[in-house]
Amino acid sequence: MRKSNIGEWSGILVYVECRKGKVHPVGRELIGEAWRLAEELGAAVYAVAAGSGLDDISSQLTGCPLEKLYLYETDDEYTPIVYENIIAGCIEKLKPSIVLIGGTYEGRALAPRLAVAFESGLTADCTSLEIDTEGNLIQIRPAFGGNVMASIVTAHSRPQFATVRPGVMEPVFEESLREPVIVREMVNLTDERFKVLEVKETESGDSITEQNILVVAGRGVRKKEDLEMLRELSELLGGKLASSRALVEKGWMSPREQIGLSGNAVSPQYMITCGVSGTVQFMAGMKQTKNIIAINEDPSARIFEIAHYPVCGDLYGIVPELIERLKMQKGDDFTGI
Amino acid sequence: MKIAVCMKQVPAVSEGNMDPETGVLLRAGLEAIVNVYDLSALEAALKIKDSRGASVHVFTMGPAKAENVLREAFAMGADEGWLICDKAFAGADVLATSYTLMQSIRAAGDYDLILCGKQTTDGDTAQVSGGLARWMNLPHVNWTTEIMDISDADMKVRYSMENRMVTASVSLPCLVSVEKDSFVPRMPSLKLKISGKKKEIHVLTMEDLEDKDKEHYGLSGSATRVRKIFPPPRTKQQEPVTLGGAGAAEYILSQLGHANLS
Repeated sequence: MRKSNIGEWSGILVYVECRKGKVHPVGRELIGEAWRLAEELGAAVYAVAAGSGLDDISSQLTGCPLEKLYLYETDDEYTPIVYENIIAGCIEKLKPSIVLIGGTYEGRALAPRLAVAFESGLTADCTSLEIDTEGNLIQIRPAFGGNVMASIVTAHSRPQFATVRPGVMEPVFEESLREPVIVREMVNLTDERFKVLEVKETESGDSITEQNILVVAGRGVRKKEDLEMLRELSELLGGKLASSRALVEKGWMSPREQIGLSGNAVSPQYMITCGVSGTVQFMAGMKQTKNIIAINEDPSARIFEIAHYPVCGDLYGIVPELIERLKMQKGDDFTGI
Repeated sequence: MKIAVCMKQVPAVSEGNMDPETGVLLRAGLEAIVNVYDLSALEAALKIKDSRGASVHVFTMGPAKAENVLREAFAMGADEGWLICDKAFAGADVLATSYTLMQSIRAAGDYDLILCGKQTTDGDTAQVSGGLARWMNLPHVNWTTEIMDISDADMKVRYSMENRMVTASVSLPCLVSVEKDSFVPRMPSLKLKISGKKKEIHVLTMEDLEDKDKEHYGLSGSATRVRKIFPPPRTKQQEPVTLGGAGAAEYILSQLGHANLS
């Protein structure tokens, strides 16, 4: 750790991830949170973006209360050393006390490099941020699998780096704000050691983040084979099967199918959770779901705090009945044609 | 080719609970296992060893009992095991952990490739490998799904980013963190397990490292401090409906009535 002269560092810098000239939604969410914190600190909010085709970035941040927006024109695809150098250069110049980075693939690759570059603290996947009486950032995140919360501070070094997953913070829109000062720079950094050869967009539609309906399997599922019953239910509903983290660690489900802070953030129209207790880290990944139907045997399960339709009961009794009824409905439709 | 693989011992059950009255942490299982994500990193190393020959060294940082991680790695095919073990290393955050790993790997030798799992099940941050790469001044390939065409000088890798897969050419040495599903760990072999039991373990303490300043390690070398831990605030919970299988199914279907079921 490098002890910093804390008084030299002030303000909050938000890394605005963008690609093909489009701002990732987490950027606006982080600026919203930065604004809230900045009011408490009496400090300014800055943003930095890197990539190519950055002309429309500022218009996509309309209503965001920014003092300055730094735009670095470079290769659009993230590579570790080039991006670290660009953002580190911006931090060096600006000396922000706090740097907020989205907990995306890109952000989670970039953040630890920056934290080590400045030999300062990094707290990953924060679920809430506060300011203490001395002006330190209090970073709150679930610990020990998600049933315990930890308050973490970076007391003696700056900047204080924190990542936040998409969908956790609220974006902000202030009508009457003046435009930020825009600082544009061309960067001629290349990295001979890391050459991107091909970028292939993955086919959309398949991922759990793009579904209208999700059935979610949790620790209450007793055997791997029982997942077939839940998968059948999800297919009858025209959705997909996802899971909480416990089943991913058991190797029954893939990390791509995992909801939560350490998995994916989802917001389908309908979700049926089956045997999911509802840890903080799970709920951080799904609390924006419109209609949550939760099945759990334990009447005090935490998932019932946010479920719109809490059902206390045995998934092994309920799911087969659901499947049978859905099959009957489909059968009726079919004979009707 | 020499490959270093970082592996961690973690509690078998990642979800601890807290006594809301006393604030004491209750960890359900005290049994320790190898972090599952790291087994995939070892598998990626062993695949390279199988295809072109390599010496695979496993590094683990933890208490003396973390030696079990190395024994397990031997049973899968690892060649050498390094136990990074010193009281001064305890309580390290991302910054201090990655620094200790860098110092230890450097003390052990020169490696062409360093492999890590994408995260641990206990810390759960996925940030240590990125920090280690930066301390070592190496390019870092995150979220890797495929390692192809590896030579002494470079390799081709495929990795996930949001909504896209990227193929890149990266020169060696470098650090690669792998996705769990892409490298399914092999079963341990009985023969290797038996021979691995007798294998010497290399122990690294602070005295073996280049930087011997204890202020740089463990809790004192950490930039972050846990100020407190507390149970998550509970919001008022709705009274759940309690129904048998058929009744509950009817209730759920009526709530789903508005959904466009295909």
